[in-house]
Parts: sequence; structure tokens; C-alpha cells
Amino acid sequence: MFKCKTSPEVGGMGHSVKRKEDARFLHGKGNYVDDVKLPGQLTMVLVRSPYAYAKIKGINKEKALAIPGVLAVITGYDLKEFNLHWMPTLLSDTQMVLPTDTVMHQSQEVCAVIATDRYIAVDGAEAVEVDYEPMKALVDPWKALDADAPLLRPDKEGQKDNQIYHWERGEREKTDAAIAAADVVVKERIYLPRIHVASIETCGCVASYDKDTQKMLVYMTSQAPHAIRTILALVAGHVGLSEEKIRIIAQDIGGGFGGKVPVYPGYVIAIAASFLIGKPVKWIEDRSENLVNGFARDYHMDCELAATKDGKIQAFKVSTLADHGYTDSSANPSKYPTGMFSICTGSYDYEHAFAELDAVYTNKAPGGVAYRCSFRVTEAVHAIERMVDKLAAKIGKDPAQLRFENFIKKEQFPYESPLGWSYDSGDYKQTLEKAMDMIGYDDYKKEQAEKRAQGKLMGIGICTFTEVVGAGPSKDFDILGIAMFDSAEIRVHPTGKALARFGTKTQGQGHETTYAQILAEELGIPYTDIQIEDGDTDTAPYGLGTYGSRSTPTAAAAAAMAARKLRAKGKKIAAHLLEVSEDDIDWEVGKYFVKGAPEKCKTIQEVAFAAYTNFPAGMEPGFEATHYYDPPNMTFPNGAYICVVEVEEETGAIDVKRFVAIDDCGNIINPMIVEGQVHGGLTQGIAPAMYEGIVYDDEGNVLNGTLMDYLVPTAVESPHWETGHTITPSPHHPLGAKGVAESPTVGAPPAIANAIIDALSPLGIEHLDIPITPAKVWEAIQVAKAKA
Amino acid sequence: MIPANFNYHKVSSVNEAIALSQKLGEEAKYMSGGHSLLPMMKLRFATPEHIIDISKIEGLSYIKEEGDLLKIGAMTTQTEMEHNALLKEKYPILGDAIWLTADPSVRNVGTIGGNIAHGDAANDQPALMLAMRATVVAEGTDGTKSIPIDEFFHGFYMTALEPSDVLIEIQIPKAKKSSGGAYVKIERKVGDYATAGVAVHIELDDSGVCQQIGIGLTNVSAVPMRLERGEEILRGQKVTDDLIAQVGQVASEDCEPESDLRGSEAYKRSIVNTITKRMLNKALERARQ
Amino acid sequence: MGKHNITLTINGESVSAEVESRLLLVHFIRENLDLTGTHIGCDTSNCGACTIMLDGKSIKSCTYLAVRADGAEITTIEGVAEPGTNSHLQKAFHDQHGLHCGFCTPGMIIRSMDLLKTNPNPTEEEIRWGISGNLCRCTGYNNIVKSVQQAATEMAKEKEASV
Repeated sequence: MFKCKTSPEVGGMGHSVKRKEDARFLHGKGNYVDDVKLPGQLTMVLVRSPYAYAKIKGINKEKALAIPGVLAVITGYDLKEFNLHWMPTLLSDTQMVLPTDTVMHQSQEVCAVIATDRYIAVDGAEAVEVDYEPMKALVDPWKALDADAPLLRPDKEGQKDNQIYHWERGEREKTDAAIAAADVVVKERIYLPRIHVASIETCGCVASYDKDTQKMLVYMTSQAPHAIRTILALVAGHVGLSEEKIRIIAQDIGGGFGGKVPVYPGYVIAIAASFLIGKPVKWIEDRSENLVNGFARDYHMDCELAATKDGKIQAFKVSTLADHGYTDSSANPSKYPTGMFSICTGSYDYEHAFAELDAVYTNKAPGGVAYRCSFRVTEAVHAIERMVDKLAAKIGKDPAQLRFENFIKKEQFPYESPLGWSYDSGDYKQTLEKAMDMIGYDDYKKEQAEKRAQGKLMGIGICTFTEVVGAGPSKDFDILGIAMFDSAEIRVHPTGKALARFGTKTQGQGHETTYAQILAEELGIPYTDIQIEDGDTDTAPYGLGTYGSRSTPTAAAAAAMAARKLRAKGKKIAAHLLEVSEDDIDWEVGKYFVKGAPEKCKTIQEVAFAAYTNFPAGMEPGFEATHYYDPPNMTFPNGAYICVVEVEEETGAIDVKRFVAIDDCGNIINPMIVEGQVHGGLTQGIAPAMYEGIVYDDEGNVLNGTLMDYLVPTAVESPHWETGHTITPSPHHPLGAKGVAESPTVGAPPAIANAIIDALSPLGIEHLDIPITPAKVWEAIQVAKAKA
Repeated sequence: MIPANFNYHKVSSVNEAIALSQKLGEEAKYMSGGHSLLPMMKLRFATPEHIIDISKIEGLSYIKEEGDLLKIGAMTTQTEMEHNALLKEKYPILGDAIWLTADPSVRNVGTIGGNIAHGDAANDQPALMLAMRATVVAEGTDGTKSIPIDEFFHGFYMTALEPSDVLIEIQIPKAKKSSGGAYVKIERKVGDYATAGVAVHIELDDSGVCQQIGIGLTNVSAVPMRLERGEEILRGQKVTDDLIAQVGQVASEDCEPESDLRGSEAYKRSIVNTITKRMLNKALERARQ
Repeated sequence: MGKHNITLTINGESVSAEVESRLLLVHFIRENLDLTGTHIGCDTSNCGACTIMLDGKSIKSCTYLAVRADGAEITTIEGVAEPGTNSHLQKAFHDQHGLHCGFCTPGMIIRSMDLLKTNPNPTEEEIRWGISGNLCRCTGYNNIVKSVQQAATEMAKEKEASV
């Protein structure tokens, strides 16, 4: 286990110190974007399409403009004058900012009403008359490639059908051959439905352009403010928005989870409106706008897993259909269109794998948000973990035993996966054993046998996942060519206190505390003496933001490296102060001392003071350091989750009795915060497993676009989570840490699905897609009974 | 989500409310707790020109037994009912329902009168009122009227109340010895409207024969529904498992659910069957205590 | 349309204002009074981010007209404790890591105040049902439950000590 090097007062790594950022939130003094109020501020409300696919014959602004307080109605034609009606996506596709002639999904932005206040703007939006000519929407992605499907993107040169791209990785022939030759092959079509991050704060911004200074200040709910600034400069440079004159400030964010990475059209329209009007313009989504205009997942995966008759896995193949909506606006900063999906070979050692994917256009909202997942890892893990359980059921082997027999062994790390990843470290056997001990696996197996004998439905589900996080090595990741490093800048003041700034952006992860703890660990300055800042592009060093569990792998590493630069400088200063050679100086947390004479020492605070007052001749004064960290590899957090459920046959009701999560995220900076992240991720795991999913009808209407019907779990649906850890440090990270916040979101759904399906297995049910609701279970039971 | 413009009027007496409503005409709507009406106004599904706030009328918030009746003032909030000692002791069916209705902050504002007057088959109280054979007391231009619950719900969001009528009191036959009631709904998550709900009120004589029975169903029909055929099976009978099973079957046949996001018609019929039986048993258990 | 003069007490201070009929109480609090600790999350009274205390009861201020609050006594998160101090609940949320992004926290604390007033010694299940109208997307609720439990214990101790 990890042993703390610092005292609780210093609060370095491993201490569950309480969060420094709490005070403002507990007293209502958080600074969220809707709290911004600038002099002369106007409000923008968007008119959105009621149709999934329609021609716009005309937009009549008159009635809206007649309302006192409505100042402008901005349409696609207004933006077209500045060539701002379309914008590029990260995946080299194009997205409408505002349409000139066609709307491609329900709730797409049609025009924007600018008014003196929110209420008037809403009235204005109600009063705008749009003349639509509805067209037959393409909703079913399986029909997107049919010969008679409408061509949704004729605007794209050379686009002959609705395919966006085909991607593949691995060896098709060898995998097919291994599957053909195998004793046992299990197959399943697994769908991971469209879901939404549904952070309690929606998205929004306040754009404020000063025509005199030509400066654009934007307060924005952005997880990646620096990237937004650069993108804005690239897409709007031609109208005069130059990067040094753009300042993005991401203040407190009310939950991100990936949903606040993309550039939504609303941001661009608000910025354009402020640019044109020269006044601050606020745009805040309402809940329905938020829920209907973005998504995560939506992968249909045809999986085949091959094994010997006694369950040694030999090959895995997955062919996926991805529904991207009308444009590929995936918030995916990797060099691969499917992100990290090729982690789908899982925690198991076998030779052959092949993954391919076809992405198609439909008349749905664009997106492809990396929802608390390092982009498509959730889909990948669900596929392999469901299939491993299906294999276990097929050959009649305990799913834990099957996993033990196939795990990559501790001594095999670094492990080269069949699809090309180099797993850094793990001890999968130990992690699963710990989970089984904690939940009492053997006892539950006995109880299950007894219950089954009585005709009761009880299930035990396991998921032993491997994640791939920490975007990233610049060889795998960039945003518009910008390498995915991250940064830390430390200023130690003369009195030994410090200010550190980062290129990442906290949204509840507690960076103001954990980054301070890393610096406390490295420098011995108490974490309470270190102020952490992020989110302001004018002050923070350049970085790519917080998502994909990348902050610990990148910015935390940068913090350690920058601190080590300071420590090296401090050593020279200490040698100068102690009048010995630098080679005679040793370091222990918080102080330099003369080797063999520990009483001759200088504290870090004394050294910091000397850096401004009494530094060696020729040395650059000051005590500051900056580091940009480009990680050599991804990190591979992993875990073993076990879920126990009971299902009532008569009603389909599902009772989650227990859920144990053992995570291995390497060395831990703050155990309290890590545990909190795991709790939250688990609730965001049970959500899609049992409750959430965006539902469309045949016309492309979203049927559950409010929180009345999009079922975010409450404290009642959320089980009492039980958590624990194993620690296998990352060998390549300066702190041995890995990143954790996404593991539970990735690992929980298959554990829950496996448990429910295990419960139903005596009835002959082999698979159910999530969300697995009582209604769905009941239907499946009726079908199974009819068959039997 | 912002409501369209309207004019707000506060009234301090029932008579004032009725007079104002008459004066303002059809475009005026009463608001009590507001938790049914205001959300519809925010979504602009409802755009009344006038809102008459009746929540400040004094004296309409009470829970008491008087003569043969339990009387609940229409402005009594769900929270007041939830914590009321009399209801806890003698009318636990009300607590069953309130616990499952929306959430505590909404229940702090939402009233029993509003829950019923809205005429929404998805609300929980209508089924209870049907089961308990309640009478709705309203005041209107032609004075006070007592409307038996069977004549109250007219259609989708439509009730026997005239536009100017103010619902002032719910009257429920006082709980008799050997009587009991129970309510449950299946919901997708806590606070959701019912996928299906069943309210049962039963009265037994000393020999255990069912003297009176009321069964109401939630959100499985366009109009709050009483299960009359099911009641007939039990009335005057000694209640057996077999009869309970028959009533469950009848409930699943007579309800009129539609397939939607909450489940298929078949699923809803099936759970109506199950929870009807369960609530009959729970009500019986309470009646026998 | 209609304008109305209202007077109410908010966090101990008397406030008078002229409001439109349709002004929602949450907007009055946030935009007229600049008390931005009360948040808006869902617009449909499902999430509870807008929860405030009105005449001693937690309510959802997104589904309440400002004009109806005439004469009311309101407490928002800003008025829960004296500046520089924490209420038992505020302290407990800090101690137990009962908040991440902080967006639901004000509503969660106000709701928990009402819960502990009507039920000073709630079970875990009662806490979970008691906060079921307040959504949190970050914490998974485990630590919110622990926070409320800690506050209940400390409030009971304080009550005992004062007797």
C-alpha cells in the first residue's frame, strides 16, 4: 500500500485532506456562468426546430422585433455575411451554426433572439414565425446506407451516401480464421443507447466584445478554455478575433462529464451577437435544449468471442454501426475517429482481435461526447465484459473463474494488446480477489443456488475492466494539431506560500486541493499555503483541459515535474546558504540538509525567501517554474466490480442488493476525493444501466427531453456503494498515479447488466441491452416463457 | 422556460375568488399550490390570461373528523397530511400515497385540493378518493355543492367543477372499525407519475365479510378510474385468495392503459393485476388489525 | 401586464420590489436580489437546485411565482449561517465530502435543513427519500447521506448540551 511521506499538516499525497474549494460552494458563493452579470448585458434565446428534417422556407422576424425590448433576430443569413454560418468540427466534418435553408434534427438552432432580458427574449422567440416544409426524417441508422435513403449531406463535396467513415484496427483474416476454428463462439448484437451527461448546470456563456479595445471576453462553461480560444481564433480570425485579444474564462462549472467540451452553436452565435452589437450577450440553455442537443454512446456492436471448450479466449471481433446524427461533431481529441474503442480486447490475454466501425448520418442531434469516459471506452468495455459473461454462461463456467483463467498476468506488464495498446501496469487477479472477498462471493453463489431452487431470480454480475486514459501522448492525440500535453506553472512567493496555475479545468474533481497536495508532496509547502487557479486563458498556462481522466496523468505530472525543477534550483540556493557544495545537499520533504549533518538545514520557505533576497551570484532570481508534460504513454486504470441483484418475476422489478467496486488507479493523491469520484461515477453507471436513454420516435422527435422523463437517478435509486482499492503504480507517471474518475462509469453498467442477465438466465434469457428497466425485463420474461 | 404574460390576482376569501372568476371569465384560472398549473404554463401548454391565487384564503387548511366524516380542507398541503397524527393512525392509505407523490419540497406546496381538481388521472389522490368514496365540496355562483366522487371526473383534465367553482373540502366516510386501505404505484423512479397505481379501501364486518370496498386506479385510463367490476366480486363476500385473484384479473382487463415510455399496455395490465392483489391483501391486513 | 408591489423578508432583511405577475421566484432571488447561490437546473421542479426555505419549508423556487412570496420569510443558502461560520449541515458536507461541483449543494443543504427539522434522527433510507427531489450528478449520494447523518448527530448533541 501507499505510505504517506508527509505529515497531515503538510498534506501531501495519500492524505484525505478536506477540500479547499468547499467554502464558496457551501455558502452560495460559487461563480457559475449564469451568475455573471455585466453592465448592459443582453440575453439571447434560441428558436429551435420542432422538426427533425425540414426545409426552411422563410423566417418572419417582424412580430418578434415588435416586442419592446427585442433588439435583434439573428438568422443563418446574417452569419453567412461573415462566413460564420458553418463551423468545422474536431473530426473534420462541418456543423451549422445557424441554418440558411435546412434543419437536420429536432431542436436544431434556427435563429437567435437578442433582448434586454430573459423573459422578453423568450417572448421574442415564441413570436418568431418560421415557415418549415417538413421532410421524411432518417431516424434508423440501419437504414442510413440503404439505396433509397435520402442523402443527408449533399452540401459535402463528394458525399455520395450517408456513410461518414469506415474504420478498422487489427487483423481481420487471422481473427476470422481463429473464430472459424474455435470450439466455442458466442455472438451478440449489443446496443449502447444515446444518453446525455445531464450535468445539473446546463451549458452557457456570456460573450462581451468591446468595440473600442477589440477585445472579446467570454465567460463559458468550458472544460477546455484554451482549446476554445484557439478554435475561436482559427474560425473567426477573418473577422478580426485574434487570439491575443480573446479571453476565455471558465469559472466554476456545475458538472462537466464531457458535455462541456464541445463548441456548441449557441456559443458561437452569442459571440457573434456580441461582436456585432458590442454589448455583453448571455446565453444559457434550458434543460430541454441541453438534453436534446448532444449525446454520448449510440453504438450498435456486433460481437463475436471465440474460445476453447474449457474457456480459454482466443479471438474477439466487433463490427460496429455508429449513429453520429447529422454531423460528426464528436468531442474526440484522438487521432482515431473511434477514440479509444480499440481497448475492447479487455483485461484478457489472447492473440487475435479485429474491430471495425461504420459511422453514419441520421436526422438526430450531433455530438459524440466523451461522457465520463476516455472516448468510446465505455462502449468497448461493455462489449467485452458482456461477451465474457456470455461465454461463461455458454460453457457453464463461473464467470470469475473464467476471468482468472484469461487475465493478463501481473508479470506480463507492460502488455502489448492485440489492437496495439501498451498496458502499463495492473494486478487483475488481486483486484478481483479483493472484490470477491469484500462482497462474499462464495456465500452469494450458495445463496443463489438456494434461491434458484425455490424459483427465485437472483443474479451476480462481474466486470473486470481495463481503461485507457490520460490524453495523451502527442503521438495519439491532438486538437487541431495541438499536442495533448498539459501544464503547470508554480510561483513560490518570498514568504514561502505559493500560487500554481494549470491548463486543466476543474469541475468538481477537487483540483484546488489535489494539485496543492502534489506540490506539498514535492516541495513540503503545506497544501493550505498553496493557491490553485485554472480556467482563465489570460493567466493560466496553455493546456487542453479536463476530460478523459487526463488531469492526473498530464497536469498532475506537470505539477510534479515543475516542482522538481524548483527543488533543483532550491538545492543550489541551499548549498549557497549552508556554504557547502551542492553535491553535499540532501532533500527530505520540506527541507534541504547537509549530508551527515541533518541539523544543518534550510527549509523550503527559507530557500524561497533567499531566492528573492540572497541568491548565489549569477543565478536568475525568483522561485518560479513551469512545465509542459507530454506523457510517454496512456495510463491503464482497472478494476473489479461485483453486483448482486434480485429480480421479481411477476413485475420485472430489479433490486440492487449490493455493489462492490475495487479500483486500481495507481498511487492515490487524496483517498477521500478518489472515493467520492468513484461513488459519483457509479451512480452515473447505474443511470444508463437501468434508467437513462434518449428515445426518438419514427419522426425523429425526442420523447424524453426533460428531467420528468429523462430519468436521472435520485438518492433512492442510487445504491449504497461499497468501494475499495488495490494499488499498482503506473511505471511511467512521475507520481505513479493513473486517473480514476471515469472507471466507475465505464465499469458499472456491464456489472449491473451481467447481474440482471445472470438472474434471468434460468428462464433462458441470454442478453438484454441497457437500460434494463423493469418493463424491459417483464417483456423479456414473457417472450422467454412463450418460447418455453 | 418562462410562462407567457398573465395578470395575477390574489384573493382572500372564497366569495371574492368566485366573484373575480366570474368577472374575468374563461381566461381566468385558479392556482392553489401551483405545482400542476405552473409547469404547464412554463411549457406554454397553458396560457391563461389571469391567475387567481386562492392559496391565501384562510381556513381551508385542516384535517378533522366530524360526525361520520373525515374532512380535509382543500388547501391542506400534502406535507401537512403526511405528518398528521390522525391520518397516520386511522387513514394510512393517505400516507402511502403521499410518500410516493413527487418529492418533499413539492409536497410542501402541493395541496390535496389541487391534486384532485386538476382532473389528471396521473395524479395519485384521485384513485384514493374513488376508493374511499369521497365527496368533493365546492363553492360556486349557486352556493355550496357536494359532488360524489363518482360524478367528479368527467374527462381528460375535466371535472364537474365549473370554471368559477372553488374546491373547498374533501369529505371521506370516517374510518370504521375493521376497515383498512392501501395504495401503491409502480414508478420508474421516485417522484415519477405512476406507471400504474392502485388504491384499495375495504370494510369488513365481525365475521370478516366484506361490507364495503372501493378500488381506484391511477394513470391507466384517460380519466381516474374506479374498478367497479372488481368491487362487485368482493362486496358481501368473505374475501379469499381466489376472489382476490379474480379481482386482480378483472383490474387488468378493465383498465385502459396505453403503451408509452413507462411500458407497454400488456406490461401495465400485468402490473395492475399484481398490485391490485397486493393492495387488497395490505388493506385486508390493516382492516384486521 | 400586471405589476405588483411585494415585501418580503430574505435572510433576515426586509425587501420591497415591484414584480411582474409571471416573474418566477428563482429569478427574483437571483437576478433582482443578486443572490446567485440559488441555482436553476431543470425548469420542471425535478432537480431541486432552486430549493429555498419559504416560511420554514423547503420549496422549489423555479415553480413558484415571486408575487406569491409577498409577506413571506425566505432563507437562501446565503442566509444559512453568519458570514465566516458554518451551520451543522455546511460543516458536515465539508467534513464528509458531500459536494463536488457544488451546483446542487445549496438546494441540497436547504432541503436537508427541512428534513432534519421534521425528522431529527432519520435513517439512511429516510434521508435518501427525504432528498429525493434534489438531484446530484457528481457525488453518487453516499457522502451526502453521511453529511446529513453527521449533522443530525451534531445537532442532537448540541440540543442535549443546551438542555
